[in-house]
Amino acid sequence: MKEILLYKYSSDFAENKDIARKLRLEDIEPELKVNNVVTIDFEGVTSATQSFIHALISQTIRDFGVDVLEKLTFKNCNEKIQTVIEIVVEYVQDGIFTEDDIV
Amino acid sequence: MKLHIPNSAFLGNIESFTNCFDPSDDSGLRVSSNQSWISVHPLVISMTIALAEEIKLQKKLIECDAFNAKSRSYLLRMGLIDALDSNHGIQIDEHESSGRFIKARKINTSDQLNQFITDMVPLLHTSPEQAYPIKYVMSELVRNVLEHSNSRIGAIVSAQYFKKTNRISIGVADRGIGIKTAINKSYAAKTDEDAIDLALRPGITGTTTKIGGTEFNAGAGLFFTKSIAKVSRDFFLIYSGDSFFKLLKTSPHKSVELFASPRLDKANFKSIGLPIWQGTAVGIDISMDINQDFQDLLSMIRNAYQLDVKKANKEKYRKPKFV
Repeated sequence: MKEILLYKYSSDFAENKDIARKLRLEDIEPELKVNNVVTIDFEGVTSATQSFIHALISQTIRDFGVDVLEKLTFKNCNEKIQTVIEIVVEYVQDGIFTEDDIV
Repeated sequence: MKLHIPNSAFLGNIESFTNCFDPSDDSGLRVSSNQSWISVHPLVISMTIALAEEIKLQKKLIECDAFNAKSRSYLLRMGLIDALDSNHGIQIDEHESSGRFIKARKINTSDQLNQFITDMVPLLHTSPEQAYPIKYVMSELVRNVLEHSNSRIGAIVSAQYFKKTNRISIGVADRGIGIKTAINKSYAAKTDEDAIDLALRPGITGTTTKIGGTEFNAGAGLFFTKSIAKVSRDFFLIYSGDSFFKLLKTSPHKSVELFASPRLDKANFKSIGLPIWQGTAVGIDISMDINQDFQDLLSMIRNAYQLDVKKANKEKYRKPKFV
């Protein structure tokens, strides 16, 4: 299991998409590839932009499939951050599920 | 180019500024100003400095009349007068209140944006809850410039707290490719107005036509920003090419509803008689009296953020796991 303390990289306002992408490519996806659970710990992070969360997880969900959400967990999120994550997770799935899936 | 800085130009009456802007002759920049009193939105400051920066980069001439308005110290503190005339010789009276403002700054990199956001919040003396939408808007607007505009001058940003109306006003301007060129990398907007319409819709980005966006862009930043202004019941303006979209104030007696289509908002789309703004300029007002907290706003955005397809089958979707 890998735990990423986001505050170390983003400070209290997580908005830098370059940092988010780097974390995704270097810390999150390599662990998921070997079937490890990854927890992103938001302790100390008070807010995050949708763009940051998008750069952090959207491509991972697309590449690994929606089942990756069983292995990718989010810890110590306040309500605002939870809602932003939910928005991103929902619209990414809008792009994954095809019309055929709905029938 | 010719520009006149009028007596008053805020988002509600921004035409008093745009009507006095003539970009037809780009051999230099000629600036005049109201000689009695000037009170303007940071958008006007940012746009004017953006023009000045571009002219300097092109090594063309700026001619600027003397600023004699009584309120010129405000323009000096905001960085406008220095940008237009480095030899103005105007001194700031040390006894004047500095007010709560963010002097115009040029941002060219992600690190500069980070630093700007860090510096900005203490200067505005807001509570953390009040600061959140301001930081959010600044981040989304400036990242749009850095990622999509190809603006050689970067983004010019400025902000001001207005005590009387208890609001923060923000202006961000660039001199890049503009929304139409950016959005048409993936779409086929015929006019600047059509391009602005697309750019304001959630899920539309110039980087792809794929639902959900690319690994780096989702096309949601402007929708979030407009929504923050709407929930704040305040103005939001985006100007690019020969068109602007101006979200009008929402009456305190009406409930706020967020729409994916900007055509459904109480707003003005204007594309007749406007001078062409090469690039993009955005102004927003955020009321500090906002009685809905940011969490409520995000919940409203989540409800409104429904793409036109496949929204009926949400029960099939996986949920993120929070521990």
